[in-house]
Amino acid sequence: MFANCFVRLRAAFLSILLITCFALPALAGPFEDSVAKFANDEFSDTEEAIGEIAASGNQLAFPIISALQDGRLSADPETKKVFITQADSKIVDATTGAAVDKLPDNAATVRLNNRLRRTVEAALGGLTLMSPDPAKRLAAAQSVFKSHEESALPNVEAALAKETNKATRQAFAEARAAILLFKSDASDNDKLEAIAVIKARGDQEAMALLTSIGSDQPPLVAKAAAGAISSIQGNLAIWSGVQNAWYGLSLGSVLLLAAIGLAITFGVMGVINMAHGEMVMLGAYTTFVVQEVIRTRYPALFDYSLLIAVPLAFLVAGGIGVLIERSIIRFLYGRPLETLLATWGLSLVLQQAVRTAFGPTNREVGNPSWMSGAFELGQITITYNRLWILCFTMAVFAILLAMLRYSAIGLEMRAVTQNRRMAASMGIATSRVDALTFGLGSGIAGIAGVALSQIDNVSPNLGQSYIIDSFMVVVFGGVGNLWGTLVGAFTLGIANKFLEPVAGAVLGKIAILVLIILFIQKRPRGLFALKGRAVEA
Amino acid sequence: MTPHILTRSLDRAATTFILVVAALGVLIPLSNLLLPQGSLFQVPTYLVALWGKYVCYAILALSIDLIWGYCGILSLGHGAFFALGGYAMGMYLMRQIGSRGVYGNPILPDFMVFLNWDKLPWYWYGFDHFAFAALMVFLVPGLLAFCFGWLAFRSRVTGVYLSIITQAMTYALLLAFFRNDFGFGGNNGLTDFKDILGFNVQAEGTRAALFFLSCVALLIAFFICRAIVTSKLGKVLIAVRDAESRTRFLGYRVESYKLFVFTLSACMAGVAGALYVPQVGIINPSEFAPGNSIEAVIWVAVGGRGTLVGAALGAVVVNYAKTFFTSGPLAPYWLFMLGALFILVTLLLPKGIVGTYNSWRETRRSAAAAADEASAAREDGVAAPKMAE
Repeated sequence: MFANCFVRLRAAFLSILLITCFALPALAGPFEDSVAKFANDEFSDTEEAIGEIAASGNQLAFPIISALQDGRLSADPETKKVFITQADSKIVDATTGAAVDKLPDNAATVRLNNRLRRTVEAALGGLTLMSPDPAKRLAAAQSVFKSHEESALPNVEAALAKETNKATRQAFAEARAAILLFKSDASDNDKLEAIAVIKARGDQEAMALLTSIGSDQPPLVAKAAAGAISSIQGNLAIWSGVQNAWYGLSLGSVLLLAAIGLAITFGVMGVINMAHGEMVMLGAYTTFVVQEVIRTRYPALFDYSLLIAVPLAFLVAGGIGVLIERSIIRFLYGRPLETLLATWGLSLVLQQAVRTAFGPTNREVGNPSWMSGAFELGQITITYNRLWILCFTMAVFAILLAMLRYSAIGLEMRAVTQNRRMAASMGIATSRVDALTFGLGSGIAGIAGVALSQIDNVSPNLGQSYIIDSFMVVVFGGVGNLWGTLVGAFTLGIANKFLEPVAGAVLGKIAILVLIILFIQKRPRGLFALKGRAVEA
Repeated sequence: MTPHILTRSLDRAATTFILVVAALGVLIPLSNLLLPQGSLFQVPTYLVALWGKYVCYAILALSIDLIWGYCGILSLGHGAFFALGGYAMGMYLMRQIGSRGVYGNPILPDFMVFLNWDKLPWYWYGFDHFAFAALMVFLVPGLLAFCFGWLAFRSRVTGVYLSIITQAMTYALLLAFFRNDFGFGGNNGLTDFKDILGFNVQAEGTRAALFFLSCVALLIAFFICRAIVTSKLGKVLIAVRDAESRTRFLGYRVESYKLFVFTLSACMAGVAGALYVPQVGIINPSEFAPGNSIEAVIWVAVGGRGTLVGAALGAVVVNYAKTFFTSGPLAPYWLFMLGALFILVTLLLPKGIVGTYNSWRETRRSAAAAADEASAAREDGVAAPKMAE
């Protein structure tokens, strides 16, 4: 409490110091006179003051005019002093930026009428175009691009001349082009150049702008605009394809993560584990518990919470997997349908246990800072969490593949998959391999839970929503082959996302299910079936 | 004199089952209607509806037992056939509401008026006639099962693969029926029924009659299943269950046999759903949920797969337990119990209640026979083992 107070005091002190520094060069001169005009309580004086302050280039100009817009600017008619009430309800002198204890008793809010409000908006627009913050300048340029208000042209051109930041410079050029395109007295050449600039921008807004220029344009301009529109349309179609492909990859990576553990247990042991989704759920709840502990004990470690959760989730889910294998599944080998029922029962028990322990509602799992946010790539937005999940999935897949290929236990697993009795004859302890395999599959499901906790609701039903999809992936890809699972997951993910815009989310999903059912008829053992001589698999 | 096919090998369990169902089917409605309310032996109307529900579940369980217990086809999508039959009946009941709905539209059901539809979709035509609806109760699930089975069995999709795609089928239907523009009432399903064949659905008499009809349907289903499994056809089905390839090598068209029982079983499930809907008063997409279908399989497992009587018994026992526990203070623990039931039955009681009872009697009988033989041998004085006294 005390420390908190101190931090606030220090912040207030620093901000005052800062404002005072900025205000120093304006201590004398016409700026003060202009500001004093607000105190006259005359609309004409206020208008003059706005114009002069906007033109002054003073650092306080923006705070004053935005305060005026929000009704936070007050003036004392007797002393002609003007005050800004800041957003944090501190009060500063408008001419100096110095802090003031409280408003004088007879200070009144500076009034505006509708005409003045427009003046204020225009002045603010001009001021933000000049704002020292490049992000603000960019936003201002983009809003001018959309409004293509002719009055902003001089401001835009002035800003363009001064601009050094490349991205902002382009935004200004585009804003200028938008204005010129709609300016009735602009020359054809200017308009053609403008169309070229807008065409280069090539997004939805550029197309909206070009389609709204109207039919009364000179033929040359109209033709150029039509050409630009069709070029932008082609461009947009490509980008929407890229967008769908990215969404599909992202969905595919989630499916792969959820299904890969299933592929191991099903592929190696022929065991249908209906409780697989619940292993995913346990992984997600492990993440939740890790984050809770970190929040209450070691808040500084929050960004590492997922790194801590991954091995823990593997151990928790894998441990429970081994336990399940030893206590239930071991007795049901060779009876896959019974295994299915028993593990379904197990999934009910696990769900209800988690519901009892953590409550039925969604639990909050946070994104670490390196997983939140997004970046733009061309016309599409890529969120960091989806990107990380894709990378993470590929890493898990690669590690698993390497493990199966190069480690001793991997060799034993492959041997048992191919011919259980032969493997047993060669001295492989098949029951130990079974337990480890099941533990590995469950552990990977737990890891999947850590990743899914970042993009889905962590609730006791988390696993159920993935189980049918995971089975579809495994059945589609074929068992006993991780590459099949990879291809299956990405095919289904991408197909789903390309169907979605055409058919809608639910119909797309139904179409996928029907397609898989039909596909199974053609290839009853999936895309990449193990070849064998057994009549009955 | 009953035909030979019905009486053939009617063992004690089957006879008991038929007598019990017949007695319940007659006595419960009679006691509900004739005895004064509040009398000790009067069955209240809500119990009639509840037990009617159990009987419908028993028919569904029989249909699953026919394919799983005797032919080895584990369908995890039988709830879909049940629900389709239910929807066919629900559509008839919706059309019977007529202008008594909230919006008073004589043709369109309320939800269509609410969605601003101006005319009935084509697939609702004909459902104002009971005969057509009754035909659809058989035809829709049967046709779906036929197409699905024809594709699946012909390309030899078996075992867990078949289970998974049947589950995908019911899941796809679940998603589809949740949609408003699919024309089946979306999320809310069909409800607020008024009349069935001119009788009020809520009336005691109608409920008693529906209960009676459900029992009759259960008996008919039982006789059909019984006739199938005791015939030569039944022997082939069991052969398919135990060694599919070997049966095929012996010259049987395995897929035709499977397709026949699968389609028949789907029709039975559809009838069960159709009887279920007027007694429960609602049908909505949650009936398609994959969990429901799996639960129906566990009824069969609890009662004893491949015993028919056990399937019906399991459905009633598990659902009675469900009602008992979910309405009491133990409600939060019901899922634990259901889950444990799945695990314990598969681990410890793989033959189910009836199967275990049968094999226990079998061993006792053979032990008794062995003892008889032993004593007979001793009396003959031929190499009798010396008994230590």
